[in-house]
Amino acid sequence: MLEGEIHSHLLPDFIIERREDRCIRCRVCERQCGFNVHWYDEETDSMKEDEMKCVGCQRCVVMCPTKALIVKPYPGDYRANANWTKERILDLKKQAETGGVLLTGTGNDKPFRIYWDHIVLNASQVTNPSIDPLREPMELRTFLGRKPDKLEIEFNGDLDDVEIKTELSPNVMIETPIVFSAMSYGAISYQAFKALAMAANEYGTLFNTGEGGLPRELRKYGKNAIVQCASGRFGVDPEYLNCAAVIEIKIGQGAKPGIGGHLPGEKVTEPISITRMIPEGTDALSPAPQHDIYSIEDLSMLIYALKEATDYEKPVCVKIAAVHNAAAIASGMVRAGADIIALDGLRGGTGAAPKIIRDNVGIPIEMALASVDQRLREEGIRNKASILVAGGFRCSADIVKAIALGADAVYIGTAALVAMGCTLCQKCHTGICNWGICTQDPNLAKRLNPEIAKKRLVNLLRAWSLEIKEMLGGMGINAIESLRGNREHLRGVGLEDWELEVLGIKGAGE
Amino acid sequence: MRYSIGGFRDLFLEGVRSVKELKHRVVLEGEVAEVDAKGLSHKELNDLTRYAVIQGAKKVIMKNVFGQRYIGTRLYFPNPKKKIEIEIHGFPGNDLGAFLDGHKVIVYGNAQDGVGNTMDDGEIIVHGRAGDVVAMSMRGGRILIRDDVGYRTAIHMKEYKEKVPVLVIGGTAQDFFGEYMAGGRVILLGLNLGNKPHRARYIGTGMHGGIMYIRGKVEQWQLGKEVGMVDMDEGDWKLLEKHITDFSNEFGFNADEILGGKFLKLKPVTKRPYGKIYAY
Repeated sequence: MLEGEIHSHLLPDFIIERREDRCIRCRVCERQCGFNVHWYDEETDSMKEDEMKCVGCQRCVVMCPTKALIVKPYPGDYRANANWTKERILDLKKQAETGGVLLTGTGNDKPFRIYWDHIVLNASQVTNPSIDPLREPMELRTFLGRKPDKLEIEFNGDLDDVEIKTELSPNVMIETPIVFSAMSYGAISYQAFKALAMAANEYGTLFNTGEGGLPRELRKYGKNAIVQCASGRFGVDPEYLNCAAVIEIKIGQGAKPGIGGHLPGEKVTEPISITRMIPEGTDALSPAPQHDIYSIEDLSMLIYALKEATDYEKPVCVKIAAVHNAAAIASGMVRAGADIIALDGLRGGTGAAPKIIRDNVGIPIEMALASVDQRLREEGIRNKASILVAGGFRCSADIVKAIALGADAVYIGTAALVAMGCTLCQKCHTGICNWGICTQDPNLAKRLNPEIAKKRLVNLLRAWSLEIKEMLGGMGINAIESLRGNREHLRGVGLEDWELEVLGIKGAGE
Repeated sequence: MRYSIGGFRDLFLEGVRSVKELKHRVVLEGEVAEVDAKGLSHKELNDLTRYAVIQGAKKVIMKNVFGQRYIGTRLYFPNPKKKIEIEIHGFPGNDLGAFLDGHKVIVYGNAQDGVGNTMDDGEIIVHGRAGDVVAMSMRGGRILIRDDVGYRTAIHMKEYKEKVPVLVIGGTAQDFFGEYMAGGRVILLGLNLGNKPHRARYIGTGMHGGIMYIRGKVEQWQLGKEVGMVDMDEGDWKLLEKHITDFSNEFGFNADEILGGKFLKLKPVTKRPYGKIYAY
């Protein structure tokens, strides 16, 4: 150590146990670890490790042919202190050593109440028959976009010749109310991005390009793409907008409400630079606000600019982070002309965000969704826009509950990544991902086979869709449409009165 | 709580008349169409423009334009690619030429906010002034503004290899000129200032790509901390000569006189202005 250099006081996050009787020194662990934790010591003919570097991604554990490894949380701890937890102490020490803003990846991991786990679903008993989805038709098909106030139909003479007189707004059909949320090529690898596009295409749903553009050769997946127009406007060209199914204006993100994005220069490799149309090695900075949007009126201007740019053929979505006044803001968004509004909650994921923002800003998606749906209903404009919700959906029951609270469909991001291999090690911001997902290192990215990742994603969509049908059938409902906003099918357990009121649901037994 | 609201109004689409009702406003002679924009809503004018182009117009002359937005935006024709010339007499509204796909737009009058917003290619020429956020996120093509521009001009302008957008402004600009600029060439001439200095502050704040050329007086305190003054080289003069000659020909100035002025070249000091504030 040089004079004046700071000796690190940090503790390791993980500990590695190597069962020597099993280790055959094949060095797979060494090759699999992008963080360079494992190394071979020739002198002693044994594997060694630097556990300070271990992030607990479990890649080496899974890949070890003799299952010789166990990676587990480092057991050493400071004196027990309910206020100064180990995480608080270590974060503070890291900042004392670097003077920097702490970065992290994925969604908020703090123990905020997860309302999904305090809401239970209904089922039919005696008075209303339940439906067996294996034998009876069950409709999950969902249409995203503005719906008319009324439908005028004209019968010309006989009943075979029916014409819809009302002018309909563009709607996009999806086969299941599950959509992949925005993850840009740049934040995730080409392989992961392509897998999402292919899976959306195969299952008949949508993926979201994020704000990193859509590579030319993937524009054939445009009819399954939600393309983003965000503050950085990366890769936004007329073809990009016109090849898409939906255009999304990104105002905010649940993991980092109110702040911009920042793809560090080292991640701007040649292919990224082509897609984003920025020089290699420059920081891709997304300003915090969109500088042509300082008001609802300005938002309206961009919504219609995008509708003009695409000849009014596509629904325009506006995505915000769920914040305190989400309901009033959502009303403004709908009045500004949004056909779909997307809400991203407190637990929404990210490829990189300041930890202090991720863990402290925004409100849970359950509350935001319930209040937005309620407000739009009260104002009589709920039909003017579909509601897409995002932010920590972990299973099909979360989705069913969200739809009963008023969502049209659900965005899944983290869940899709987990399906592809992610283990939530929260190191996305480092650019190193041993699972080949959140990296631009070609050697790491090629670990993810897009075909196999696509299969995993399609399997997930299939499994969850089947489960949703089971739950619907149990409630005696045969179309997802009949569940939408149907809060009578929900009851709260262990919730306070104010929470039940915001959620607009009764307590269990009521 | 119940909210009392006055129903739902769509200010853009409400009362929009169909092309069928309005097409008498388009007079097509050969490849030139003339449109009377008087009293038309944003969408109506753009509907008629698109209609004229589909009918075969290569040039569209708009008369009595007054506040209509997004002129030129709804002209994405990939197959076959079309290059349309639009001549605007009057005062176009916001987002003139937003997402422009290679067309040429000439305005005889003042333009408002958002000229060339995220435009991809083509040319916008304004015989007058323009408002805020001119050339925001512009990706290619050229914009020439004869007089002044407002705040946050050229914000987040980009470039990629040969696709380098150019913005030339005859007058001066307001604060946050070239903010977040990531590429492109911006030329500010200050022709209407006489001996007075430019007033803009925070010039080039957050700039991390591209080059700004400013003719006239600018003090160090007016610059953002991410930009530095550098010496002009031969390539710079060549670029200035080309665009200033075109500018002068368009608006009737003397190019040599303009080029004889003192130019300041501003470049970002780093491609990564915010690389060192994070702990990993």
